[in-house]
Amino acid sequence: MVPAFAILLLCQLVGEGIVHVSRIPVPGPVIGLVVLAVGLGWWTRRGGQKASLGETPLGRAAKGLLGHLSLLFVPAAVGIVQQGGVLAANGVAILVALAVSTVLALGVTAAVFVWAARRFVRDPAA
Amino acid sequence: MTRPIDFLDLWVYLSGEPLLWLSVTVCAYAAADRISAATGRNPFANPVVIAVAFIALVLLGTGTGYRTYFEGAQFVHFLLGPATVALAVPLVRNLAAVRRMVAPMLLALLAGSITAVVSAVGIAALLGAPQPILAALAPKSVTTAIAMAISSQLGGEPSLTAVVVIATGVLGAVIVTPFFNALGVTSREARGFAVGLAAHGIGTARAFQVSETAGLFAGLAMALNAVLTALIVPVVLRLLSP
Repeated sequence: MVPAFAILLLCQLVGEGIVHVSRIPVPGPVIGLVVLAVGLGWWTRRGGQKASLGETPLGRAAKGLLGHLSLLFVPAAVGIVQQGGVLAANGVAILVALAVSTVLALGVTAAVFVWAARRFVRDPAA
Repeated sequence: MTRPIDFLDLWVYLSGEPLLWLSVTVCAYAAADRISAATGRNPFANPVVIAVAFIALVLLGTGTGYRTYFEGAQFVHFLLGPATVALAVPLVRNLAAVRRMVAPMLLALLAGSITAVVSAVGIAALLGAPQPILAALAPKSVTTAIAMAISSQLGGEPSLTAVVVIATGVLGAVIVTPFFNALGVTSREARGFAVGLAAHGIGTARAFQVSETAGLFAGLAMALNAVLTALIVPVVLRLLSP
């Protein structure tokens, strides 16, 4: 549990460092994700079993964090209490733009994904 | 002789301690998660919404400011970074499935990212919203911290951006299941990717409630869209601004 958490933190730390030095416009944790994926790829080539990855301490820590991802958004979301007045002036424009745009983005993304999977992936249902 | 407990003094002491608001956050979420589970993970019983509603009532009822609250809650907020890194585990476990879907992912990313930015800015501009509002709306599908950075570079108000981003995430997470059921989209990969792109981490959290495959594709879409949106937003704002 503790070594697993140390691995996650170290990957994030390396990611933040790479972003700071290289100034690439990518969030540090996303680079940390890539660092850990490369490390796990190396681990599977050295004989680690992909199927048993979920049973390792790292796998269990990842499952725990990702299974309760909702909790991690609560502190930022509570920030809405500060914004009582902000929405008043342009509330209608914001709400309409937000609702229509979210539905469109969902629909277009899924439609293109399904179309491209049929077009470019052999046996997409497998 | 026992001294009666001075509850006001106790409250003044505890309400200034980070531990109290950390506890409130975790307890509110634990209760919200039970309610969500009791409804069979009904999309309308979103645990983020229930927990935020409860905490907001406590803050308003006790006259506590957001800054004081966040001093405790930041310990939970901080775990978003390690959680993003942890996405590497399902990624490596499902690498074969992800590799097969590279072409659909990249095409859907491009189409969806442009749709999200152009439609949000375009509709708000048509309804007469001024430039700072447009800058706050443009990155609405990207996870909070990154969206705030994008919009503030372009004259958007970071706090308004945060509200818009959270509202988008909650809306996407609530409608995704009924919306795709109505449209007849059954692919877990397509559904997950779409909700991660349109509704960032809150959408991804919803996808993980449904299945690991959907959650993985949602997480990848969230990460990829954060990068692409940062590149698209300045261009779209220049083209669509009144």
